[in-house]
Amino acid sequence: MKYKELRLSGSGGQGLITGGIILAVAALQDGLNAIQSQSYGPEARGGASKAEVIISEEDIDYPKVEKSDILLSLTQLSCDKYLCDLKAGGTLIIDESVETPDRDDITIYKLPILDTATNKLKKSMVANIVALGVINKITNLVSEESLEQAVIERVPKGTEELNKSALYEGYGLIN
Amino acid sequence: MASTLVKEYFREDKLPHIWCPGCGNGIVTRAIVKAIDSLGLDKDNVCIVSGIGCSSRAPGYLDFNTLHTTHGRALAFATGVKMAKPELEVIVITGDGDSSAIGGNHLIHACRRNIDITTIVFNNNIYGMTGGQYSPTTPTGDKGTTAPYGNLDANFDLCELTKGAGASYIARGTAYAAKQLEKFIAEGIKNKGFSFIEAITACPTYYGRKNKKGSAVDMLQTVKESAVMDKAWDRLSEEQRQGKFKIGSFHVEAKPEYTEEYKKLIASFNKGEE
Amino acid sequence: MTIRLMQGNEACVEGALRAGMKFYAGYPITPSTEIAEISAIELPKVGGKFIQMEDEISSMGAVIGASLTGLKSMTATSGPGFSLKQENLGYGIISEVPCVVVNVQRGGPSTGLPTSPAQGDIMQAKWGTHGDHATIALYPNSVREIYDMTIRAFNLSEKYRTPVILLLDEIIGHMRERIEIPEDDEIEIIDRKKPTCSPDEYKAYEVKEGDIVPEMADFGTGYRYHVTGLVHDETGFPAGATKAEALIRRLIDKIEDNKDDICTYEEYMLDDADIAIVAFGCTSRSAKSAIKSLRGEGYKVGMFRPITIWPSPEKQLEKLSKRVKRIIVVEMNDGQYFLEVDRIAGKNTLVEKYGRLNGEIIPPHEIISVVKEAYNG
Repeated sequence: MKYKELRLSGSGGQGLITGGIILAVAALQDGLNAIQSQSYGPEARGGASKAEVIISEEDIDYPKVEKSDILLSLTQLSCDKYLCDLKAGGTLIIDESVETPDRDDITIYKLPILDTATNKLKKSMVANIVALGVINKITNLVSEESLEQAVIERVPKGTEELNKSALYEGYGLIN
Repeated sequence: MASTLVKEYFREDKLPHIWCPGCGNGIVTRAIVKAIDSLGLDKDNVCIVSGIGCSSRAPGYLDFNTLHTTHGRALAFATGVKMAKPELEVIVITGDGDSSAIGGNHLIHACRRNIDITTIVFNNNIYGMTGGQYSPTTPTGDKGTTAPYGNLDANFDLCELTKGAGASYIARGTAYAAKQLEKFIAEGIKNKGFSFIEAITACPTYYGRKNKKGSAVDMLQTVKESAVMDKAWDRLSEEQRQGKFKIGSFHVEAKPEYTEEYKKLIASFNKGEE
Repeated sequence: MTIRLMQGNEACVEGALRAGMKFYAGYPITPSTEIAEISAIELPKVGGKFIQMEDEISSMGAVIGASLTGLKSMTATSGPGFSLKQENLGYGIISEVPCVVVNVQRGGPSTGLPTSPAQGDIMQAKWGTHGDHATIALYPNSVREIYDMTIRAFNLSEKYRTPVILLLDEIIGHMRERIEIPEDDEIEIIDRKKPTCSPDEYKAYEVKEGDIVPEMADFGTGYRYHVTGLVHDETGFPAGATKAEALIRRLIDKIEDNKDDICTYEEYMLDDADIAIVAFGCTSRSAKSAIKSLRGEGYKVGMFRPITIWPSPEKQLEKLSKRVKRIIVVEMNDGQYFLEVDRIAGKNTLVEKYGRLNGEIIPPHEIISVVKEAYNG
């Protein structure tokens, strides 16, 4: 049975909640169940922020992620905070700016996610979509068609092409 | 004349009213009804809303759509009524404590929105229903049961307050000059926006007795002598103004009315569909 | 068939619009604000009205005022705002004005935990306003159920002429999940009964033979009647103490006597259960997850989930108490609904509570431990 718990973490304002929503929308498109939730802090920007997604072939009862199968961390602070809740055998995806943690029970991908957004795509705000490309390339959670459609559906109007490019740049980071 | 007014606009079976002999509330209530009559409003289209207190009992005696709400909240309910059904003529009857103490926040925000509601404050400078406690309009130094040594608070000038908050029609009249008060109320109802009319009235039972103001007739006489029309007021020296207050229609301003603006918003979506 | 990913708070607005909501008054407060924001976007599009009032008190007042003109009206809030609404909520109860009040619960008391979930307003939903009264409060546990229960809240408020409280919590209000939007023939919409008699014959608070509540005329339609928060007689005018008993009794009975219509609940794996968990809202999702695990290990455990929290499903709880060895009430508070369950079931079986106050949802593994302890201890 397919049942995956994801935690997307970084700092507030990096679009991780939107990223989580897009992944959940894509999962529904594929006929799967999905729940997206987040924990709110009082700060709208900064801090350690996280979005959670559960994707399953069955009904999802408990809506929160306890131990994640997949953890994305775009900042050091968020990696330090959430790494302990990554399951043994889980997948960690970190930005290259984050120090590689000392854990040998997980698979670690360290990639220039923020740099790709900022320098290659010239828009730091699409880092979330680059990350989605990376996550899906590694995990195959959802179909590429559904993910692309969900991106187009959920990003601000006028930014569809840019975000599509971001998604493909994300795929490209995994070879 | 009075009897036809009573027949036409009062719920006769609900009379007599609860107000004390000598209370000015009856005069102010009659002025409201006269104003409605002079404008030829359809009773079915008038909604009178009140809060809690002596004056707020008035709607029960009046044959309109009447809503006697919670203490201070008349304007909150009235805002819902007016927003939901703007074609209703909404009139709020309230007291000085009801409108400016517990309901003060609702008052300033109704002014700010300039929503088309006419508010008449029966200002008797005291909480009458609860037995004579000082209110936000009790003059400094005067007594109430909760100001046994004299009121330390500064008192509100409600017309200045509502002007600052954005009301588009503001007037002050008295229970003595009932005809003039009626004219102010009629002007207020006609104004498309938030209208505020302060009606100075006397409470002989509590404010009068606590402050040795004499009989009901004496108090009304004092109101007459203390009230100065705004033009004459401007010519008085600071010394001459002592113990007096100004009356008149102070402020009329044309500005966007809230429900009209919302109507435009709705219309903008309908246009999109065409 | 439309399937969408939808947030709980969004589903509340969508359900309200489907039920015919035409007026919303509110004040910003986390975690309910999305309900106001989405209402502000959607209402003018359908000819409805949205207003952000100066405070929570006036929002409740405006909602009642709007409902008196015939518009289906709603407000939403959270803990501190729910406290402020109690005054006019009581007014809505005694003057029998239909409306829906949503409370997306967060940790309290006072400002408490603004962004964390709790279920600490269970008793407040019942007894928050002063004086004797009956309350209808619904508590869904999924996005689809929020949609359905919002419609039902409007229906019950129209049918029983009373404010209906829709309890949510931060978890189910904020989470997004799959929702299948029901077709028209799957939903029922109830509107208040309006008078057919002439205005001269109309007694605003008279219950006609065969009716549950008085017929309700819209303000501005020729029925000039009086609405007051004072005790009143069938004409609607203040009536004093002699009429109080009859009025208050009628207000309580119209709800208590119709529990069979009002109360809904879910029974999950209770047929052979030794232990029943009573849970609602987000906690019931943890409980269900725990029960699935426990069943896999052979534990005979099930769940009773009241969807109508108030009036409580007394008959069903009593029946349950006669067939299980133990009831454990799991809730994110210090045992509020436990008091109600214990009152009903305590004479027949052992009733225990398991709660928490730290603003974190109770995870399934904790419920698993509690049940195992109950079995083995």
